[in-house]
Amino acid sequence: MSSLLSSKFRPAGVLPFVLFCLAVALIPAGCTGALWNDPYPPEDDKQAVLYQSFAERPKHLDPAVAYSENEYAFIAQIYEPPLQYHYLKRPYQLVPLTVTRLPEITYYDRQGQKLAPDANPQGIAYSDYLLEIKPGIRFQPHPAFAQDQGGQYRYHQLDSGKIDSLSTLSDFAETGTRELTADDYVYQIKRLAYPKTQSPIAEIMKGYIVGFDEFARQSADKPRTALRTLPMSGVEVLGRYRYKIRIKGKYPQFSYWLAMPFFAPMPWEADAFYGQPGLDDKNVTLDWYPVGSGPYYLAENNPNRRMLLLKNPNFHPESYPVEGEPGDAEKGLLKDAGKPLPFIDKVVFTLEKETIPSWSKFLQGYYDASGIASDSFDQAVQFTGGGITLTDSLKEKGIRLQTSVETSIFYMGFNMLDATVGGDSEMSRKLRQAIAIAVDYEEFIAIFRNERGVPAQGAIPPGIFGNESGEAGVNRYVYDWNNGKPQRKSIEAARRLIAEAGYPNGIDPKTKAPLILYFDTVATNADDKPLMNWYRKQFQKLGIQLVIRATDYNRFQQKMSSGNAQIFTWGWNADYPDPENFFSLLYGPNGKVKQSGENAGNYRNPEFDHLFEQMRNMENGRLRLEIIRQMQEIIRRDAPWVFGFHPKTFSLYHGWTSNLKPNLMANNRTKYIRIDPVQRAELRKQWNRPVLWPLAIGGAVLILLLMPAVSAYRRRTHRPVSDALKIQTEATR
Amino acid sequence: MIYYIIRRLLYAVPILLGINVLTFVLFFVVNSPNDMARMQLGLKHVTPQAIQNWKQQHGYDKPLLWNEKAKGGDKLTETIFYRKTVGLFLFRFGVSDSGRNIGADIRQRMWPSLALALPTLAVGLLVNIGFALLMVLFRGSYLEFGGLVLCVILMSISSLFYIIGGQFAIGKLMKLVPISGYDEGFGAFKFLILPVVIGVVSGIGSGVRWYRTLFLEEVGKDYVRTARAKGLTETQALFRHVLPNAMIPILTGVVVVLPLLFMGSLIMESFFGIPGLGSYTIDAINSQDFAMVRAMVFLGSILYVLGLLLTDVSYTLVDPRVRLS
Repeated sequence: MSSLLSSKFRPAGVLPFVLFCLAVALIPAGCTGALWNDPYPPEDDKQAVLYQSFAERPKHLDPAVAYSENEYAFIAQIYEPPLQYHYLKRPYQLVPLTVTRLPEITYYDRQGQKLAPDANPQGIAYSDYLLEIKPGIRFQPHPAFAQDQGGQYRYHQLDSGKIDSLSTLSDFAETGTRELTADDYVYQIKRLAYPKTQSPIAEIMKGYIVGFDEFARQSADKPRTALRTLPMSGVEVLGRYRYKIRIKGKYPQFSYWLAMPFFAPMPWEADAFYGQPGLDDKNVTLDWYPVGSGPYYLAENNPNRRMLLLKNPNFHPESYPVEGEPGDAEKGLLKDAGKPLPFIDKVVFTLEKETIPSWSKFLQGYYDASGIASDSFDQAVQFTGGGITLTDSLKEKGIRLQTSVETSIFYMGFNMLDATVGGDSEMSRKLRQAIAIAVDYEEFIAIFRNERGVPAQGAIPPGIFGNESGEAGVNRYVYDWNNGKPQRKSIEAARRLIAEAGYPNGIDPKTKAPLILYFDTVATNADDKPLMNWYRKQFQKLGIQLVIRATDYNRFQQKMSSGNAQIFTWGWNADYPDPENFFSLLYGPNGKVKQSGENAGNYRNPEFDHLFEQMRNMENGRLRLEIIRQMQEIIRRDAPWVFGFHPKTFSLYHGWTSNLKPNLMANNRTKYIRIDPVQRAELRKQWNRPVLWPLAIGGAVLILLLMPAVSAYRRRTHRPVSDALKIQTEATR
Repeated sequence: MIYYIIRRLLYAVPILLGINVLTFVLFFVVNSPNDMARMQLGLKHVTPQAIQNWKQQHGYDKPLLWNEKAKGGDKLTETIFYRKTVGLFLFRFGVSDSGRNIGADIRQRMWPSLALALPTLAVGLLVNIGFALLMVLFRGSYLEFGGLVLCVILMSISSLFYIIGGQFAIGKLMKLVPISGYDEGFGAFKFLILPVVIGVVSGIGSGVRWYRTLFLEEVGKDYVRTARAKGLTETQALFRHVLPNAMIPILTGVVVVLPLLFMGSLIMESFFGIPGLGSYTIDAINSQDFAMVRAMVFLGSILYVLGLLLTDVSYTLVDPRVRLS
C-alpha cells in the first residue's frame, strides 16, 4: 500500500493532474475535429441557431403574470397578442399580428347610442373594440391538446401514479394542437381578472374593461375551471374568429395594451391540464411551460441553466416587412422583405450570472450578441472626435455596434408634500429650479454611465410622440440654447435662484447654517460611495448640505409610500409609446401617498391635471402636441423632477447576424433575425484554436523544479536509521 | 451505537426547531409580508389591494407567531410560523413565493453542485495530503521552506482571482476548455475540469499547511521513533503510521462537510454557470422569498447535524479506542 501511495505522490503536483484531465476530456473532441472550448454540441455548428445569454432567471412565464423585460425575452416569442409593433417603421406603429386588421373602435354614449369617431371624449360612455382574428392559426404541439381516438383529452384526467412517473413536460408521449379561436382571447382576459392569477395589471384593467371588477368578485371563490363558462359583461365572443372588448369611456391607449402578452390567447385546455393536482409538485405549471401560437415554443425550461426555444412547426404564415423607414433598404434591412418568418430554427438562452465569462464567450463567438458591461467597456468602444466607435480588435472580428436611446427616464424627484422642497410656492419652486441646474446630469452620464445616456429635457423620452428635439424641446429653466445645442445654465444662475428662494448662498435663515436636505436612497453598498459623494458635491455648489439617508429597499418603499422621503431618484420604462404613460407619473390623482399610484413625488397641479385629462383621450396630432407642450412647460417650471437622463443602450452583434434594428417596444424581435451559420462556424474555428505551448513550457519548468526534490527524496529514503534519528532530533529541537 | 444515533437524531429536533424560530424572527424583522408582496408583484402598478390579495393567496395574511383572535389551539396553528414550518419537518418544502416547487428545484439543482464539489473535495484532499506529507518528509530542508512560502502565497490570493485568472488563462487565452457552462451526464466533464482544478489549486495553500501541522504533531511522537528504529524508511513510517494516526482530525474536517457538498458553492457556480444550489439561498434572500429561505436554512441545518453525526460515527471506524454510547 505504501509503495503504491508513494509512487502516486512522487510526481505530486497539480499539473500532471490537469494534463490528465485535459487529455481525458479533450481527446474525443480532438478526434472529432470539434473545438475544445465549444460549449455547444458539434452537430449544432452549422444550424441556424441563435445563442444568447440571460443574467437573471425569469420569475413567471404566464402571460397574465409576466411583466418584466427578462420574462418578455422568452414569452414574446411564444405568445401572440392580437397586435404587434412594426419592426422597422418609426415612430412606433401598431400593426395586426393575429388579427386581420387593427381593432374597429366604436364609441357609445350613456344611452347606448353610437357616436362619431371624432365625438367629444366627455360624451363617450363606452368604446367597443372589435377584433377579428385570422383563421387557420394553430397552437404549438402540446400534451394539453392530445386526444384519443374517441376525442377524449388524453392527459386531462391523470392519476397520481402517472403523475409520479413524470418529471418534465417532455415526458408526455403525445401532443396535439387545435385552431386558435376568439374564445382563447376572451378566456385570457378572464384569467387576468381572476384574483388567483395575481395579474399585475388587474387593478388597472378594473378601471377600463367593463365587467372586469364584477367578474373578479364573482370568480374569487370559484375554481379555475369555472372561468370558461362564467361570463364577463364587457368581453364577448361574437363568432369563432370575432370578439369584442368594451372599455369605459375613451381610452385610445388600450390598443397598446393589445400588443402586450397580457392579452395573448390562452386555451382553456392549458388550465385544465396544468391544474391537475401533483403536476405543480414537478414544477410542471402554466407559469413554467407556456402554450402559445407564436414562432417558437419552449422545448427546454431550466431557468438555472438553459432555456431552449424551437421553431413552432404549426406557426402560421407571416412574412418579413416589405417596407420600413427611409434608409432601411440601404442598410440591408429589407433584403428579406416578404420572406416567411422566422429565419432562426432554434434559440439557446444560457444563464450567465457574471459578465466576465459572458463577455469572453461573446468574443470567442459563442454568443451572437452582447451588451457592454462597465468592466469591458474600454475593451469594446472608444471615444473619438467622430463620436463612439468600436475598438480595432472588435472591428477586426467584424463585430458591429448598435446604439439606441431607451424609452425610459431616470429622474431625481422631490416629494411635493415635503415642507422644504415641496409645495407650489414660488420660493420652493425656485429652490427646485436651482437644484435642477446644479445637478449636472451631463457630468453624471460621463462619469457613471460611460456616456451611455441622453440628458432629459422633459418627461417624454425620444421616440415617443411629444418629445421634441432641437431648440423647441429644450428645458429653458435649466438650459440655454447656444450654438445650436443646449447648454446648462451657469451655477451663478442657480445661486441667484436659491437666493430668491430665501436661501442666499444656501444658508437657511432659520438656523443661519447651510440648508440641510435629505436624499433617500437604496444605495447602501461601498461601491455607491462615489455616486453619493457626487450628489453631495452637486448640492454643495449651492451651499446646501445633502444628507444621504441610505436604507434597504423595503424601508425605502415604506418611506415613499408614507411620504417621508424628501429627495429620491426613480425611473420609468415605457409600457407603450404614448406620452400619457409618462405624464401619468405626474398626474395628481395618481399620487403615491394618497392614492398608492405611480406619481412618486405626489405632484399635483390642477392645470396640469386638466390638460392631462384632455390629452390622454386624444389622437396624436397638432392639437395634442400643443397640449403636450403646455404640460411640459408646466412641469419644467414647477420642477417636481430634475429630469435626469434617458439611458442609451449599446449592443454588439457579430457580423454573421443580420436584420437587426433596435426596436424598444417590440419584444418579439427574434423572428426577424437571420444568422449565417456557415460563416459563424468558420470564424469560430479561426478564433478558438487551442494554444498548447504554455502547457509544454509549464510542464518543463515544473520538471526542472522537481528534479532536485526527487533527488533529495531518493537520498532521504535511502538514509540510514541513525541519520533519520538525527533529523528527528533536529526537528524536535 | 444505534441508540447513540437515535439519541443524537432526537437531540436534533429541538435544535432544528430553534433554528426555524430564529430564521423566522430574523427574516420578519427585516421583511414584512407587505414588503414580500411588493417584491413579488414587481415595480409597477402595485396597489394595496394587489398586496392584500397576494398575502391572502400565499398565506401571509395571518399573524406571525401568535393569533390573538383565534381560539384554543388555533392561536398557535393559525399563524404564519406554524403554517410555513410544520411541513419542513416532514420534508415538504412547499412552493416558493414565486410559485415554484422548492423540493423539485432542490432535487434538480443539488446534483450539479455535487458534481462540482465532490471531485474538488476528493482531489483536493489527495493533493493536499500528498503535498503535506512531502513537506513533512523534507522537513528542515529548503524544500519545506520553499513549500511553506508557496503555501502562504497561495493562501494570500483571493479565490475570485483564481477563478478569473483561470478562466482568462485556460479558457480565454489557451482555449482548452469552455469558459463556463454545464451539460447533463458525461457532457458535464469538460465544463467541470476548470472549476475543479481552480477549486483544488485555491485550496492548496491552507489545506497543505493544515495537514502538515497535523502530520508534524504525529511525526514527533514516540511510536514513530520506534518505527524508524525498527528499520522502516521515512516513507514507510509516514504512510503506515503517521497517516493513519492523523486520520481523526482529517475526518473531523472532511466528514462534517460531506453532506454540505449538496449545498454548492456560490462563487464557483455563479462564474462557471453551473446550475447548482450555490446561489439558491442568495437568490431567495435577494427576492425576499421566505419559503425558499426557510427551506434552505432548514436543509443546511439538517445536513450539518448529519455531518456531525457522521463524524462521530467515523471516529469509531478509524480509532478502536472510541466507543459511542
